[in-house]
Amino acid sequence: MEHLPTRTFRVTRADLVRYAGAAGDFNPIHWSDRVAASVGLPGVIAHGMLTMALAGRAVTAWVGRADAVAEYGVRFARPVVVPDDPEGAVLTVDGVRRPADAAGLTRVDLTVSCAGEKVLAQARALVRWPVETGDQG
Amino acid sequence: MPLDPALAGRSYPPAPPYQVGREKIREFATAIGAADPVHHDVDAARALGHLDLVAPPTFAIVISGASLHQVYGDPELALDFSRVVHGDQRFVHTRPIHAGDEIVCVHHVEEITVRGGHSFLTTRSALRTASGEPVADAYAKLVVRGED
Repeated sequence: MEHLPTRTFRVTRADLVRYAGAAGDFNPIHWSDRVAASVGLPGVIAHGMLTMALAGRAVTAWVGRADAVAEYGVRFARPVVVPDDPEGAVLTVDGVRRPADAAGLTRVDLTVSCAGEKVLAQARALVRWPVETGDQG
Repeated sequence: MPLDPALAGRSYPPAPPYQVGREKIREFATAIGAADPVHHDVDAARALGHLDLVAPPTFAIVISGASLHQVYGDPELALDFSRVVHGDQRFVHTRPIHAGDEIVCVHHVEEITVRGGHSFLTTRSALRTASGEPVADAYAKLVVRGED
């Protein structure tokens, strides 16, 4: 078991707009404070799938390969509220690397939080971790 | 009204093929800040043994999302979207998605459970090539809040 280096990701309103367009998810709770408030949210929230994708970037950064993820799953535990300011919200992603299984897949358990609260639960990925040769830069 | 658990097991007709384009992969990768060259540079992707640009691990949601209205709009399910939240999401990849792939998505209702007035709907979207080669399965669990 190995603790992987903490990674952080900033999410601003502009990122939500960009993700909405790229993913085709135009739910107004991700861009309209009025609609977010009308359904009882404290403000515009990030797409759960954006939070998942950013945490996935931590995984591919740790592995050193962006094509190594075989399986990846999360539970959306709490919404990520993104204020309308340049600071936005900051996600903190920690990971623990487990030993590879018989099939050569390595499990990475993720802890993803925002403002000290866990926003993803049961977040884990199965990856094909490249064999370390010891001389990689 | 809670969802009807008897609807579990139903499948929908294959969705129209989704053509995975290089620019869509680049756009999606940029939107999530994924700068790895395998998402942007065809030569870099080929150097790692891929046929073309590699999509980020969650890109399958774009393909499944393009036709999930088949499920969400199913009149027998009668989902009230004002009460729906995305509960869980999971992707199981047989192989990465590449630019140039033509993906046919078949949606299934895996499971419906009702607990404490809330309904839980799990869908499985099977992503296959036009010739039937498996690429990935995307599992989504939606929570439908019960009446207050």
